[in-house]
Amino acid sequence: MHLDAKIPSGPLPEKWDRHRFDLKLITPANKRKYDILVVGAGLAGASASASLAEQGYNVKTLCLQDSPRRGHSIAAQGGINAAKNYQNDGDSVFRLFYDTIKGGDFRSREANVYRLAQISNSIIDQCVAQGVPFAREYGGGLANRSFGGAQVSRTFYARGQTGQQLLLGAYGALMRQVKLGKVTLLPRREMLDLVVEEGEARGIITRNLISGELECHGAHAVVIATGGYGNAYFLSTNAMASNVTATFRAYKRGAAFANPCFVQIHPTCIPAHGNSQSKLTLMSESLRNDGRVWVPEKPGDRRAPADIPEAERDYYLEDKYPSFGNLVPRDVASRNAKEQCDAGKGVGATGLAVYLDFSDAIKRDGLQTIEMKYGNLFQMYEKITDQNPTDRPMMISPAVHYTMGGLWVDYNLMSTIPGLFVLGEANFSDHGANRLGASALMQGLADGYFILPATIGSYLAGLTTKTININQSTFLATREEVENRISRLLATRGRRTIDDFHRQLGLLLWKDCGMTRNEKGLREALARIPAIREEFWHNVIVPGSGQALNQSLERAGRVADFLEFAEVMVIDALSRTESCGCHFREESRGADNEARRDDNNFCHVAAWEFSGPSTHPTLHKEALSFENVELSQRSYT
Amino acid sequence: MSRTISLTLRIWRQENGTSQGAFETYRTGPISTEMSFLEMLDVVGERLTLEGKEPVAFDHDCREGICGMCGAVVNGQAHGHQQGTTLCQLHMRHFKDGDTLVIEPFRSRAFPLIKDLVVDRSAFDSLIAEGGYVSVNTGGAIEANTLAIPRKIADLALDAAECIGCGACVAACPNGAAMLFVGAKVSHLALLPQGQPERSRRVLAMVRKMDELGFGSCGNRRECEAACPKRISISNVARLNREFLKASLLADEE
Repeated sequence: MHLDAKIPSGPLPEKWDRHRFDLKLITPANKRKYDILVVGAGLAGASASASLAEQGYNVKTLCLQDSPRRGHSIAAQGGINAAKNYQNDGDSVFRLFYDTIKGGDFRSREANVYRLAQISNSIIDQCVAQGVPFAREYGGGLANRSFGGAQVSRTFYARGQTGQQLLLGAYGALMRQVKLGKVTLLPRREMLDLVVEEGEARGIITRNLISGELECHGAHAVVIATGGYGNAYFLSTNAMASNVTATFRAYKRGAAFANPCFVQIHPTCIPAHGNSQSKLTLMSESLRNDGRVWVPEKPGDRRAPADIPEAERDYYLEDKYPSFGNLVPRDVASRNAKEQCDAGKGVGATGLAVYLDFSDAIKRDGLQTIEMKYGNLFQMYEKITDQNPTDRPMMISPAVHYTMGGLWVDYNLMSTIPGLFVLGEANFSDHGANRLGASALMQGLADGYFILPATIGSYLAGLTTKTININQSTFLATREEVENRISRLLATRGRRTIDDFHRQLGLLLWKDCGMTRNEKGLREALARIPAIREEFWHNVIVPGSGQALNQSLERAGRVADFLEFAEVMVIDALSRTESCGCHFREESRGADNEARRDDNNFCHVAAWEFSGPSTHPTLHKEALSFENVELSQRSYT
Repeated sequence: MSRTISLTLRIWRQENGTSQGAFETYRTGPISTEMSFLEMLDVVGERLTLEGKEPVAFDHDCREGICGMCGAVVNGQAHGHQQGTTLCQLHMRHFKDGDTLVIEPFRSRAFPLIKDLVVDRSAFDSLIAEGGYVSVNTGGAIEANTLAIPRKIADLALDAAECIGCGACVAACPNGAAMLFVGAKVSHLALLPQGQPERSRRVLAMVRKMDELGFGSCGNRRECEAACPKRISISNVARLNREFLKASLLADEE
């Protein structure tokens, strides 16, 4: 396998322009002769489907949910970044680029991130034109707020439901193309395998979740936009059905998986309540604009927060990081919370939470102003915890949130399998080792609205327009493999439930491949995962049949893939002995206890190639070169 | 504070859209009041699985009250008795030890049943496809701040745009009307300058489609507003009626 990122030559600001000029085009009359499959209908999938259909391609869009309006992008609360500099506070394309590269701890490609910053402004224009009701100032102009890892206000938002409003915009654009007959929409479908014909992606196998039927879909190109794999940890802020299956199946068919160990742990989530917890809920990072994070200064102090006088509180983020204060990036905030809890200073029933306190902000700005900004988040918190955060500080704790790793893609967003494109959280491209807040929506929409529609034509232009025959042997053979796998799951009839195995895997990953990692723990995990997997295939219970709606069977398939994928994740974490961004190797830290990168040995993307069952995957390195920014140790003090 | 309660559940079980359904009774055993309603159903599902039975099928995904995928009728109320709350955000602390809960799917002519508590709400997608958007292609946008929108208007538009498309309004309506759903989308776009070019065409097409799909008509009973987990105001239905009337009387032939 050879990794060619296809980064265009020339100065950074001109690369994308030059590249678009160099790419081959397809005339409008010929575009209708090409079929494209889009798997997933979150921000990336919906925006790509709509934009490709607008250009004239024949698009078929498939999603797990009953409607393409439900992808988990919908749950993004805080906002979307853009380099508009509406606040006149010194922002620019270069600053957004720089903040994102630095936030990612110098483990992403300069050219990709610069392009993302360039496109950011067009995204805001596009969304406003669609009628996305962003927050506004009294003068009628767009409002902004600040987010972690930046010293400018560049985040556009719609109360605490920016993701919802952006997704409904993309969904509207998609439904318009459905009405025009340019997109065929197939909801309640799950991609269970990729069909590769002579080394190129030519289709997928899906399960119709209502009838259970296994369906073959052929196309000239396949686009995967199925999100991240945070649910490997069982508890995460992801939706219940979020999974690794589509990307992992593609990996097993030859697509390299890049940086799987880069998993973002978000500092402000509502703490877990007990063993029956099914998922975790995020509280937007925007709360850290006005909330102050603190713990009692004395370990084991069980007094109610109101009884702890100011002098006995430890505002550890403000003390340690005076210039960024409570708005340090997510990885830094999470690790510091862990450090406090490990020292016995955590609060709440489990001692695994810290306070996020709004009382000073309420004193300063008044209750009404603070409620106007965060009202819906406060209500959400109260609904779940039965406590009002304006009376008593919120309790928050870190939780798995976003995965920077994903299928390796080149500058055109094409994976190592020609014809297979990967967008949004499913790819690895732009966030390095840590994603900044309000950047996921930006990347998903940049990929879907602007990048893929410009690059996919160059691949398709080299193909014949002949329709892909789904009755050929590769399709039938792949479908048979999927069928056998399903039969095996249904035939196991063991004694443990699917969730039981999933929870076991999640706890193991959280302990050994979570906020901090070390060689001993990772080696232990690597030894234990195959044992759990082995037991799963002999002892899982999957009730019901394959020929009907069967939610247990759906979950069993996803957990089976997590059990295989987890091993690749741990192998990656083990091989990267440096600390960078979210990946904190206890063996690699500086005098200040902060993460210490090792640029001499690890300034690369680690792309893993499947090398056969029960064989160690093969590592391929894509070297990262920095010509426009200086590789510095990240500091937020 | 956390405590435990035990409940009796009477849940609608139905193999598929054509088979005969019936209520079945389950006892939950001790349930923590910190759990969400869906976590309680998870616990029951795990137990049924261990007993060799099929767990109850129900739609759900984000479990944060925003994706709109979950929903069932609990003791006669869509999403349960807690106002402004999706089923996934309804917590067990709002029930008492010994309560009996009757759990049914969202029933409506326009939402055919698929299995147990799962229904087909694709009629909502068909409604949006008729015009629940601004027809602007990618790349054709003007600079975002060229368009000044008064803050109050943007807020009102967002109040309407918050609809999560869960279908509770339809399930709660004695007529199975989709007026609140359509009213929310029509209002969102009619309030904003971006929605003006297609304002008349949109409302006429969406209302026509609503009738075609078998949704009922509005009887002003306001059950939709009471059931809406996002508290979408009934004033959006009034605006829908005004928009429809205006468009019917004044719209140019298209």
